[in-house]
Amino acid sequence: MSVIILLLIASVSVASLFLAAFLWSVKNGQYDDQVSPPLRMLFDNPVTENEPASPNSVNQNSKP
Amino acid sequence: MQLEKFNYDNKIVKYFAIATAAWGIVGMLVGLLVAIQFYFPAISLNYPGTTFGRLRPIHTNAIIFAFVGNSMFMGIYYSLQRLTKARMFNDKLSWIHFWGWQLIILLAAVTLFFGFTTGKEYAELEWPIDILITLIWVVFGINMFGTLIKRRESHIYVAIWFFIATWITVAMLHIVNSFELPFSWIKSYSFYAGVQDALVQWWYGHNAVAFFLTTPILGLMYYFLPKAANRPVYSYRLSIIHFWALIFLYIWAGPHHLLYTALPDWAQSLGTVFSVMLIAPSWGGMLNGLFTLRGAWDKVREEPVLKFFVVAVTCYGMSTFEGPMMSLKSVNAIAHFTDWIIGHVHIGGLGWNGFMAFGMLYYLVPKMWGTTLYSKKLATNHFWLGTIGIVVYAIPLYWAGFAQADMWKQFTDEGQLKFQFLETVTNIIPMYIMRSIGGALYLTGAIMMVYNLIKTAKQGSFVANEAAEAAPIAKPEGHKKEYWHRWIEKRPVMMLVISLVVVAIGGLIEIVPTFLIKSNIPTIASVKPYTPLELQGRDIYIREGCYTCHSQMVRPFRDEVVRYGEYSKAGEFVYDHPFQWGSKRTGPDLAREGVGRLKKSDAWHYNHMEDPRSMSPGSIMPNFPWLLENDIDTAITPAKIRAMQTLGVPYPAGYDQIANKDLMTQANGIRISLKIDKIQTPANKEIVALIAYLQRLGKDITAEKKPVTASN
Repeated sequence: MSVIILLLIASVSVASLFLAAFLWSVKNGQYDDQVSPPLRMLFDNPVTENEPASPNSVNQNSKP
Repeated sequence: MQLEKFNYDNKIVKYFAIATAAWGIVGMLVGLLVAIQFYFPAISLNYPGTTFGRLRPIHTNAIIFAFVGNSMFMGIYYSLQRLTKARMFNDKLSWIHFWGWQLIILLAAVTLFFGFTTGKEYAELEWPIDILITLIWVVFGINMFGTLIKRRESHIYVAIWFFIATWITVAMLHIVNSFELPFSWIKSYSFYAGVQDALVQWWYGHNAVAFFLTTPILGLMYYFLPKAANRPVYSYRLSIIHFWALIFLYIWAGPHHLLYTALPDWAQSLGTVFSVMLIAPSWGGMLNGLFTLRGAWDKVREEPVLKFFVVAVTCYGMSTFEGPMMSLKSVNAIAHFTDWIIGHVHIGGLGWNGFMAFGMLYYLVPKMWGTTLYSKKLATNHFWLGTIGIVVYAIPLYWAGFAQADMWKQFTDEGQLKFQFLETVTNIIPMYIMRSIGGALYLTGAIMMVYNLIKTAKQGSFVANEAAEAAPIAKPEGHKKEYWHRWIEKRPVMMLVISLVVVAIGGLIEIVPTFLIKSNIPTIASVKPYTPLELQGRDIYIREGCYTCHSQMVRPFRDEVVRYGEYSKAGEFVYDHPFQWGSKRTGPDLAREGVGRLKKSDAWHYNHMEDPRSMSPGSIMPNFPWLLENDIDTAITPAKIRAMQTLGVPYPAGYDQIANKDLMTQANGIRISLKIDKIQTPANKEIVALIAYLQRLGKDITAEKKPVTASN
């Protein structure tokens, strides 16, 4: 069962990568605003002058 | 702020979309073919490449890595560009990724067809392909993280976090589980043996489900579901919490695939505990997806894309509830080795992965071709056909699983097993027939989709480069003093990649050999390495995919001990590179095939491999006539022995040179025993090696007991 050590090292190192990523994301302010990101992703900003928005997309060019 | 103009790369998405649809149809066709073999074994055509043991890995690999893999890349390449407001990092890398992945799929199909397999489920591909997968995965990673670096949107939307976790974890899983020692240009032995191999394999297998079939698709759900419904996700906070919880919990649940096996009990319990905890984050994702549609259910009535997503997310919820339940030992005692498992994974595969892929295709094709869907009605019909297909597929298999497990465990009043194994199989054949009907319905729906999408594409015009504009991220001003951790903080991606490479790969390569080879010391003294002939036979057993239907793991239950013999112990498997415990008992367990009441004559095996129905009428096992014709590849014996010696199997020094002599001696013995039963065969045929292996199974542990009886 010594392979469990290998799996522990692998799992813990990935988990610590995730932890570092989590801490970074919190410190970076990724989660400070939880209102606008889910709304913002709904708006694709098509270039206004030459290309009209495709029929299915939301026709809003202004970003909040 | 000055707006920057740029283009989204739609062409790469288009190609991944075509690959998704094409491989999907292929994978489902193969699935249908293997499903029919359950009640009509003759459809194997008595040809090696079209026999269940080889087709089943082709089906699973095609569905997981070709169909779901391409659909994942399709969705990621589309959504990542839009979420980061940037074109993919490098077009060349995109195309290397695309063609490299298709090449891997093609190589996988060809090698599995010809029987080159590692014998480890969902990791069957041999070492050259494993290396190629690693390279292409790195290309994908560079492309993804490169895009993240040049993003114009500071906030990393939750979907992208799922993609990042997917990339990192799959890389690690693939590398750790693919430690193998090549002994020819295409073949290798697993570095791990027995229990160790089983633990690594199911740590991989479970997390492949988690990080290849679940997390990337959840990420895509967080993009495509809100987009299709045109409303924000129900709770962004919940999405963040369930994401982090999910990735921290998932990695520990693997041992639930090995309950009641020779894996130490504490490891089994650990797996169970984490599996049960997984309900919370899994259902967090499901509820978040469904609640996003609150107040928009009228749209679901109109829009086929949303219909597919709703059923997909519901199936995700069902299988992630079912999974933890099946991880409870008492439930697992019934479910394991039965068709219940197959039903369970197809709720996930057909429902969650398939319907998410279909929904994305129906969403993307009209969008990228600047048109509307050719026929909403046809898509709705596809939806219903697919949904009914899932139900007709899964319910019979649940029934079959319960029925068979129940029959296995029944005793008569006299304390005898009530049913022969074969009776438990023939009893559920109607369920197998219904399952294949469900699969056929589902496949028909998918074909309808392809027609619909081609028609849609024809009536629109494809926009290869979609123009977009966005402002760049504002650079922070006036940092006078740079602390070292600031450098890292600004390069989270760099940090992730470098740490992974350094910690995971570098460290492990040093640790693995020392740990693992030492542990191949038998704790059961009578357990001996396989003879060269048995080793060759074992490799044939692996090549033909016998493990896809036969387990080699007697669990410590009354019925199994009575039916098969003494329960399996960890010490029996120290020379098994790879382990062959299996995960499904379409046929009986073979761990004690060579001893006790299960032992059969060499002639029985010979006839049984040629035509199983001649020995056990009603059997659904395919014929293996080519084993009677093919010669044993004795030229490779020395290389195999040397590889095994490197892995710590104690053959005497220099044994590789004389191994073939021993091989022929043993083969002649079998030839003579067959001759006594009036079967004429040369000693150098593959069937002889396979018989030697089958007759060996379970022998070591009974040999241990002999001294005890002798002293009495």
